[in-house]
Amino acid sequence: MTTQTILPVNHEALAAFSKSSGEPAWVTEIRSKALELAAGLELPKLEKTRLDRWTLDNYGKLRQGAQTSEELPASLSSLIDINEHSNLIVQRNSGVVFTKLSPELTAQGVIFTDLETAVREHGDLVKKHLFTAIPAEENQLTALHAALWNGGVFLYVPKNVEVEVPLQAVFLIDDASASFTPHVLIVADSNSRVTYVDNYISGDLNQAIVHNGAAEVFVKAGSKVQFASVHHLAGQITDLTYRRAVVENDGSIEWIIGEMNAGDAMSETLSVLRGNGSTSDAKVIAVGSGSQKLNLTTKAVHFGKSSDSQMITRAVMREESTAIINGITKIEKGATKANGEQTEKVLMLSPKARGDANPILLIDEDDVTAGHAASVGQVNAEQIYYLMSRGISRAQAERLIIYGFLAPVVSDIPLEQLQNQLQSLVERKLGQ
Amino acid sequence: MATQFTIEGLKATIEGKEILKGINLDIKGGEIHAIMGPNGTGKSTLASALMGHPKYEVTDGNVTLNGEDVLEMEVDERARAGLFLAMQYPSEITGVTNSDFLRSAINARRGEGNELSLIKFIRQMEGKMKELEMNPEFAHRYLNEGFSGGEKKRNEILQMMLLDPKIVVLDEIDSGLDIDALRIVANGVNTMRSEDRGFLIITHYQRLLNYITPDFVHVMMQGRIVKSGGPELAERLEKEGYDWVKEELGIEDETVGQEA
Repeated sequence: MTTQTILPVNHEALAAFSKSSGEPAWVTEIRSKALELAAGLELPKLEKTRLDRWTLDNYGKLRQGAQTSEELPASLSSLIDINEHSNLIVQRNSGVVFTKLSPELTAQGVIFTDLETAVREHGDLVKKHLFTAIPAEENQLTALHAALWNGGVFLYVPKNVEVEVPLQAVFLIDDASASFTPHVLIVADSNSRVTYVDNYISGDLNQAIVHNGAAEVFVKAGSKVQFASVHHLAGQITDLTYRRAVVENDGSIEWIIGEMNAGDAMSETLSVLRGNGSTSDAKVIAVGSGSQKLNLTTKAVHFGKSSDSQMITRAVMREESTAIINGITKIEKGATKANGEQTEKVLMLSPKARGDANPILLIDEDDVTAGHAASVGQVNAEQIYYLMSRGISRAQAERLIIYGFLAPVVSDIPLEQLQNQLQSLVERKLGQ
Repeated sequence: MATQFTIEGLKATIEGKEILKGINLDIKGGEIHAIMGPNGTGKSTLASALMGHPKYEVTDGNVTLNGEDVLEMEVDERARAGLFLAMQYPSEITGVTNSDFLRSAINARRGEGNELSLIKFIRQMEGKMKELEMNPEFAHRYLNEGFSGGEKKRNEILQMMLLDPKIVVLDEIDSGLDIDALRIVANGVNTMRSEDRGFLIITHYQRLLNYITPDFVHVMMQGRIVKSGGPELAERLEKEGYDWVKEELGIEDETVGQEA
């Protein structure tokens, strides 16, 4: 089958963008090759979702020249909890407009900057990792991302450095004519520890636009990374996100993902457990509303012996929203004593909401343990009756049951601020 | 105003089958009524129909609480009007802690602007839990999840105590209780006896009535109250079983709505 992908930009414009941003030649080359690939590659084949029917035509225009620093939009502080002590990067539309890292962390050798700066100033470090976990060759989306990425975050934590405070990033789009394609690259060197939290938010938009984003996390031996990401983009935005971690010996990745978008969203959160004794823990909550379509995948691939993966997804679906929730545990030959557990649950609040939970175990090694559980169901009428029989209104009873459904994930989130934020986002999405 | 709960000619069906065939009962504040009867005679259906369980359809009759039409009310309105049903099979709800649930229920009853402060609530809850010899840790457990049968029943009584209802219906509160738990539950009910509260105790054993002395005892068969009397009726039923009642009334099969 041949595809005729209509590319969102032409080669000349892309090269001009790269040049005007002062990018090194190797980056320009990556972009140009990726754009070529995009022309021939297909969209990813997703379980029970036809991506080709989604609104994918507007990628926005490429910025020319460096983004000038601007005032932070006033709406920002009401959406996220930031203060003068926050270590923070803010991307607005096509470029990063604000960066702050405390002098203490800078002195310890921590690098926390936008990726455009990083390719110029930390070229070797970036080059070794960029697009190796999410290669451009994989499909049309990853190729377009590698060609068009802008702004972004580069976080490097040196060996043996433990960062106590969370490092934060905000990705804001409030102009639908601008390309919004951030790439997050995190490298946690051996025996380091870091927590990274980001938010994807949007202002008023006058047309549909695609966010094609990616995050690559490299967890070196013995290090521990907590990666929390909350997406609450407006309905005009189609959100396509790949998140991947490569985990070395005894390393550990913890994903905390809130899929709170108002528009269609596809995401894949994958841990490649390369090292022996490496671990992954993924917690995903999602709330669907309107006629939104969600296709959310969590995945762990075990190569290392005695590696361990835990995955929990809980989705609450309102109105006419649809969710396809996939959990994939893959254990490769040789990954002896590996263990993988996954649970996907979908709660539907309306007769028109649809949910599908697909637990998949692919195991090529005998000496392992693995388990899965999945359920899809409506709010239990007996439970509503029981709560109402104590004087609690139907609306309040439903609310209690929904929060109860999400509680095993939300109450387990190790960052209190994030827990509260997710809680209030869930409330807002449920219209309460 | 003295509590007055009146059931007149109540008929109810489940999935089209008539289970209640005209129940008449009058409960005043301060009175304890017991409804006894073998399994399958409609006792629990009566409890569920009074509370408004969605599976049961009331097809005829009236129920009033202090003159207010109960059958017109939603389930939560019935509760806020003062009706309480201690259920035979309380639901388990993951993720909702017992104390969050209790507080929501109390505040729903008290109404907006009149909520109980957290401190007062905790003090009340802990006091009542102590009376019921409940492990304080149960406040923080998810509602009824992983509770034993006896623990669930105690939790029902705890709710009754905190919600301070006008009419209490206890549906087989004694089933699944060992002798100690039975005594604790009965004590809980006895401390709640008052002039402005009426009780309807549904049971098929006499043993609960050894701890809670009823004022009136009714026997239910075939979806009707077929015999009423005082506490002596319960004692005779305990000694002699139900056969003499059936014989006296010429009833062969006492059950209702069951396939032969």
